[in-house]
Amino acid sequence: MRRSKYLRPAHLDAPAGGGARLKTSAMIASIAGPDQRTRAAPFGQALVELGRTRPDVLGITADLGKYTDLHLFAKAYPDRFYQMGMAEQVMISAAAGLAREGFTPFATTYAVFASRRAYDFIFMAIAEENLNVKIVCALPGLTTGYGPSHQATEDLAIFRGMPQLTIIDPCDALEIEQAVPAIAAHQGPVYMRLLRGNVPLVLDEYDYSFELGRARMLRDGSDVLIISSGLMTMRALEAAKLLAADRIDVAVLHVATIKPLDAESIRAACARTGRLVVVAENHSVIGGLGEAVAGELLRGGIHPAGFRQIALPDAFLDAGALPTLHERYGLSTEAVVAQIKSWL
Amino acid sequence: MAEAPRPALPNLSLAERAWRIRRNALRMGEVQGQGYIAQALGIADVLAVAYFHALSYRPHEPEWEGRDRFLLSIGHYAIALYAALIEAGVLPEDELETYGGDDSRLPMSGMAAYTPGMEITGGSLGHGLGIAVGMALGLKRKRSRSFVYTLFSDGELDEGSVWEAAMAAGSHRLDNLIGIVDVNNMQADGPSTQIMNFEPLVPKFEAFGWLVQRVDGNDLEALVTAFDLARHATVTRPRIIICDTRMAKGVPFLEERERNHFLRVEPEEWARALDVLDQGRPA
Repeated sequence: MRRSKYLRPAHLDAPAGGGARLKTSAMIASIAGPDQRTRAAPFGQALVELGRTRPDVLGITADLGKYTDLHLFAKAYPDRFYQMGMAEQVMISAAAGLAREGFTPFATTYAVFASRRAYDFIFMAIAEENLNVKIVCALPGLTTGYGPSHQATEDLAIFRGMPQLTIIDPCDALEIEQAVPAIAAHQGPVYMRLLRGNVPLVLDEYDYSFELGRARMLRDGSDVLIISSGLMTMRALEAAKLLAADRIDVAVLHVATIKPLDAESIRAACARTGRLVVVAENHSVIGGLGEAVAGELLRGGIHPAGFRQIALPDAFLDAGALPTLHERYGLSTEAVVAQIKSWL
Repeated sequence: MAEAPRPALPNLSLAERAWRIRRNALRMGEVQGQGYIAQALGIADVLAVAYFHALSYRPHEPEWEGRDRFLLSIGHYAIALYAALIEAGVLPEDELETYGGDDSRLPMSGMAAYTPGMEITGGSLGHGLGIAVGMALGLKRKRSRSFVYTLFSDGELDEGSVWEAAMAAGSHRLDNLIGIVDVNNMQADGPSTQIMNFEPLVPKFEAFGWLVQRVDGNDLEALVTAFDLARHATVTRPRIIICDTRMAKGVPFLEERERNHFLRVEPEEWARALDVLDQGRPA
């Protein structure tokens, strides 16, 4: 709950030793924890690699090349990079025009700007025409402490209603690297949520390979089924390890493709009797993966032992330090564990 | 292509072409009994010069790679572009009677997926110029000598995206992009300059780095000169031709109608409109 702007921060007047307070991390900061294995700029690296064999692949941005890791592509192929300034409408329209002329532009900005500001342009100029534009957006969900101006907590809700748009929410560096050539090979528009900077590396432990449109069971378990996307799959895997110590057996189904949804895998996993289904996502409780899964289950006549969502509240979120905010809004591993225990 | 090609009429004057475009538009308007007929009559001269003087295209190969691209940003002007595409032989004349009907290739608002020769889907205004920027960049990548023309309206100038695109075109020095603005001073809620004053237009576009011309958009000779300069100028700037046009030009009793943005014409008036137009047929 936000305090009145006319109240001084309480801790300033508290007795000394009130504890250290975290700072708002810069937008260029990584979401990785201090002990996590990471890879640097997986999107930028993968796009440079793809550019070697795909001369049709271009980069285009609205003054956020550096903050979407597209600067690596710009450096490798300066004549294939287009800077459109801080103007998302023309950036998207120009990407549509380039696609019309046979190119495959990767257009980057922040998720808030693509979804809120450029929506009509993506809808009419790109999706309605099924053009080959890949829209890759940093700061999805709650991955910055800058407040609602930068927190794209409802981007999936906005984009899921757009016909012909494929939506990807990758979990880690490995998946981003694999998704880049896969979405380039796909004919049609794609929206990909991007983790940038030093991105955690997790899925290599699970013999994972990304396949567009397919969900993947990363671990099996008999008490709880977590269905998750994006960075929440990383949290789900960590939570599953912790819950195992309490003899709670957790399965994790990773759904990287939000649309079209792998309904078959989701229904099959949820049809197994006796499991609590928990959908975990870095997104508002409204309109994201949770409601998509709920709809599938209802339409399919599938009734799991229970259904819960771990998601951001339908609210304008606080500014502050990211770890604090993940704890406050239930996205941290500890919060995931606590919520699941409370439901059993 | 499946349909039989329309016989070519290579020797018609631009005035004759413009008259025939107006006639096609009036006949489509009659099918629906209403529509954006005043805009079509107003822009007919510009389209005649575009399609019968300036543009390179192959009527029976609308996606020919070497063509000049003509982007209609103003979706509701589709009736005007259909009229021109019929005259150009891209569309067969007998489809005119399907205008706006079920299963027609000629919907009321122009869409790329429906109509041969329709390069983009317009209608959500303020999109055309930005797409033109991307196509112009793409053509340069391909070392193509084709131009991208895009027709937009004075009312569209209210949209901020037009100015994002205007700045981008100037910044990227897109000398293969030719913008055409139809200034007929009429939009949905009334006279455009009263809705949102966009003047003075010439210094605005000049300040954005464009080569600017402003002409009487119903003066064929002036239009030919303007299109020639736009195509042949050597400055590395995008080009814009600001065309002052008269709504419903060629049918005086419709020109006089005060609110002619979306014209309702009584059934008996269509014959009268065609008669009036025919009386003004170029010699």
